[in-house]
Amino acid sequence: MTEIGLGHYLILGVIIFSIGIIGIFLNRKNVIVILMSIELILLAVNINLVSFSIFINDLTGQVFTMFILTVAAAEAAIGLAIIVVYYRNKGTIRVEEIKSLKG
Amino acid sequence: MIAHSIFFYFFSTIAVISAIMLTVSKNTVHSVFFLILDFISISCLFIMIGAEFLGMIMLIVYVGAVAVLFLFVVMMLNVAEQKNEWFKATDSTSHIPVGFIISTIIFFELLFVVGGWKYKPNISNAISLEINDSMSNTHALGNIIYTDYIHLFQLSGMILLVAMIGAIVLTFRKREGVKKQSYFRQISREKEEGVQLIEVENNKGVKFDD
Repeated sequence: MTEIGLGHYLILGVIIFSIGIIGIFLNRKNVIVILMSIELILLAVNINLVSFSIFINDLTGQVFTMFILTVAAAEAAIGLAIIVVYYRNKGTIRVEEIKSLKG
Repeated sequence: MIAHSIFFYFFSTIAVISAIMLTVSKNTVHSVFFLILDFISISCLFIMIGAEFLGMIMLIVYVGAVAVLFLFVVMMLNVAEQKNEWFKATDSTSHIPVGFIISTIIFFELLFVVGGWKYKPNISNAISLEINDSMSNTHALGNIIYTDYIHLFQLSGMILLVAMIGAIVLTFRKREGVKKQSYFRQISREKEEGVQLIEVENNKGVKFDD
């Protein structure tokens, strides 16, 4: 219990990943919270990569974490731009009213 | 060792609680603040286990840029009218049980994976970039991202460039009826377009058709 090993970090990553998925499914408010849940999922992946990198003493995981961070920042910028354009056109970003594609 | 475990449980509890609060919070602005708290506690964990550079980069990029971007967008759009509805759908849908079932399944799958995995026996042969304690984390990362991973590094720069151009192109809009100065038209004006020389005869006026 007091010895913090790799398993503790992996379980923390698992919990945050699952909370992110719950956030995507349960949300009925607006799309911004869904984007934030996606950020949570990427954060959980980063936790996994960094903890493996530290515990098996290999630096490659941290390099890849940095690239994931880059992609996450780009994705957040593009997603928020799309949300702004959608709001400008339709006047709402409620999840249940975004159903033009009938998906 | 005991301090390490105390700090681990402290920061990870904060991270999990703020992730839950992000999901269930009624106000979107509060969700963004809980996202910031989550990033801060996870970056503290990163710094604690020895990935200082990534911890600080997380603080700078996520807290300093991405979360503030979220905050700006939340404040620009009108989400205040939806403040008091909490997972409430107007038409009866089954999204809450379905979401819980799917995320519980994924949670237990990942738990089984975490509980059952073990290292490959010859894992030490596969380590290519070993961490040595003689140099700092930032120094070691800098040594490899500019040499071994230079192409990926350049490619991530290209990704950021494309994202920037895409965001600008998406949100750019041309407003009608706004008078603006156009430097290009101003500079590329010729003498023939602007000035007209007219011989004026005596006792006769000049008529312009404008």
